[in-house]
Amino acid sequence: MNTSSTSFVFTARVLHWLMALLILSMLFIGIGMVASVSERHAWLLSIHKPLGIAILILAVVRLIVRLRNPPPPLPDDLPAVQKLAAHASHWLLYVLMLLIPLVGWAMLSAGGYPVMLSHSLRLPPIFPVSGAAFAILRHMHAWLAMLLFLTFLAHLGAALYHGLIRRDGVLSSMTGYRPK
Amino acid sequence: MHASPPLSDRRIFLRFAFIGIVLIAIVLLFGYVGGWLAPQRLTAQRMVNQLQANAGVFSGYRRNHAKGVCVAGYFDSNGQAQAYSAAEVFAPGRTPVVGRFAIPGGNPYAPDSSVPIRSMALRFTQSNGQQWRTGMNSMPVFPVATPQAFYEQLVAQQPDPSTHKPDPAKVKGFFAAHPETAAFLAWVKTAKPSSSFATEGYWSLNAFVFVDAKGERHAVRWRMVPEANDAGVGGSNPDYLDADLTQRLAQGPQRWHLIVTLANPGDPTNDATKEWPSDRQDIDVGTLVLTSTEPQESGACRDINYDPLVLPNGIQASDDPLLPARSAAYATSYLRRTSEEARLPGTVQPNAQPETK
Ligand code: HEM
Ligand code: HEM
Repeated sequence: MNTSSTSFVFTARVLHWLMALLILSMLFIGIGMVASVSERHAWLLSIHKPLGIAILILAVVRLIVRLRNPPPPLPDDLPAVQKLAAHASHWLLYVLMLLIPLVGWAMLSAGGYPVMLSHSLRLPPIFPVSGAAFAILRHMHAWLAMLLFLTFLAHLGAALYHGLIRRDGVLSSMTGYRPK
Repeated sequence: MHASPPLSDRRIFLRFAFIGIVLIAIVLLFGYVGGWLAPQRLTAQRMVNQLQANAGVFSGYRRNHAKGVCVAGYFDSNGQAQAYSAAEVFAPGRTPVVGRFAIPGGNPYAPDSSVPIRSMALRFTQSNGQQWRTGMNSMPVFPVATPQAFYEQLVAQQPDPSTHKPDPAKVKGFFAAHPETAAFLAWVKTAKPSSSFATEGYWSLNAFVFVDAKGERHAVRWRMVPEANDAGVGGSNPDYLDADLTQRLAQGPQRWHLIVTLANPGDPTNDATKEWPSDRQDIDVGTLVLTSTEPQESGACRDINYDPLVLPNGIQASDDPLLPARSAAYATSYLRRTSEEARLPGTVQPNAQPETK
């Protein structure tokens, strides 16, 4: 099915780097907007909501691409614990990039807010109106985002470890760049 | 596929150090953006903390305008605003409304006579699902123009632990340092706590922007002008506003006219301490009709955050710096009170029924 078994397919690599950029921006936008009372708060929130929904859609596409194109195997000599950590953290990243935007959407629904993605585009509610549910979902949104940030740090650290120290082809399987 | 030559110990160390530095740099940047490294930055959390420091924490209640009642009714638009705003609420016809009357301050048991200001908050739900939320006060100007000044005012008014009253010297110092408060102080001198919510007018204070069907922008303010004008003096019942409203609604619906004021070019839209000149064009765009009231502890308004930036297509925020600060602070207050409702760990729970004075 895929041409090379040492790299991710092209679509997967494009989705990976695009979403890496978007998700990292979203984490910074999210943390920055709740720490501001200036116009920045309203401006960042107006980016945050449509971008978050875009990430949700991209994550669904990416999951489909992932299920149809198995990734290249990890190096044989990688210790079993590290393999397990790699697989677990990858699935955690998929779960979080689907769950966090869904929780964002659900929390606004529970709070009785219209879920506006622009001045005129409104998404339907996906959760019944309830103040208590809003509070729980709103805290979940923040905690899951912190978990995503920590998982991202571990992921980046591991990628650099593979690329700079083990130099075992794991990083280049995603960059697509192979030094001679 | 270990094709690359092995690294010396020194190079391995340097590469680990490089990875560590990259990760630490990202964490520091994250902390900087999140304000963790700048505790003096004004945030919604600090504003709401200060509201709590001034009034106390009352589990489940709003951190400001805590004492109030829910109301419901509808808005009958006459179509006059359609030339200026494409919002569906301004097309001729009826839009359902859930609202709330309140008095400012964070104490839900404060007597109605404790402040001369009343407030009206409204949520219009359009048939296309978009909403317009607005919170208005019964005064023509706001004391301050910026979130920072609002915060400083709260700090100056914080009760002294020994007297349980604000320190007059600090309050005086604040007003002296803020000459923009003069118009408000002049108004408050003549203001008396009214005996009824129904006889008050309510001002948006902040400016907004109407956007018409062609995309043209019009700076506006709005206010609700009551039809009833028979206000008396409040009685000795500390909750006379609630009693008065229930009695009036038992006799029939209460009405206000929504008056939209169009700015002239150059009128300030970023300064709620300044009224626009009185010759600006006023348009009567429809009638608010309130038909029923419920206690806020169980009513439909309880779990609504009257965030002034929840706006339908056709109404937008102006450059008034109070608007984003209100939006952020109301969201913080809303999260705290709904967290208390959900009885989340770490939130304040209601102790035995507080004594009602
Ligand atoms: C990948 C997707 C997303 C990420 C990584 C993300 C991240 C964040 C973060 C870090 C915060 C700050 C939390 C805090 O510290 O309190 C936040 C807040 C928020 N997010 Fe998201 N979010 C995402 C998607 C969404 C979506 C899809 C929506 C809604 C449609 C949404 C709505 C909000 C709202 C309303 C707030 C709170 C703003 C406030 O209280 O002032 N988010 N988000
Ligand atoms: C930066 C300045 C301001 C801050 C920090 C602030 C803060 C707050 C807070 C925390 C609440 C409680 C929100 C909730 O839990 O739902 C509130 C309620 C309210 N505020 Fe403000 N406020 C500010 C300016 C204004 C202005 C300019 C107006 C007038 C137009 C106003 C009118 C109201 C009204 C009417 C309510 C009651 C809403 C309701 O009944 O639910 N506020 N304010």
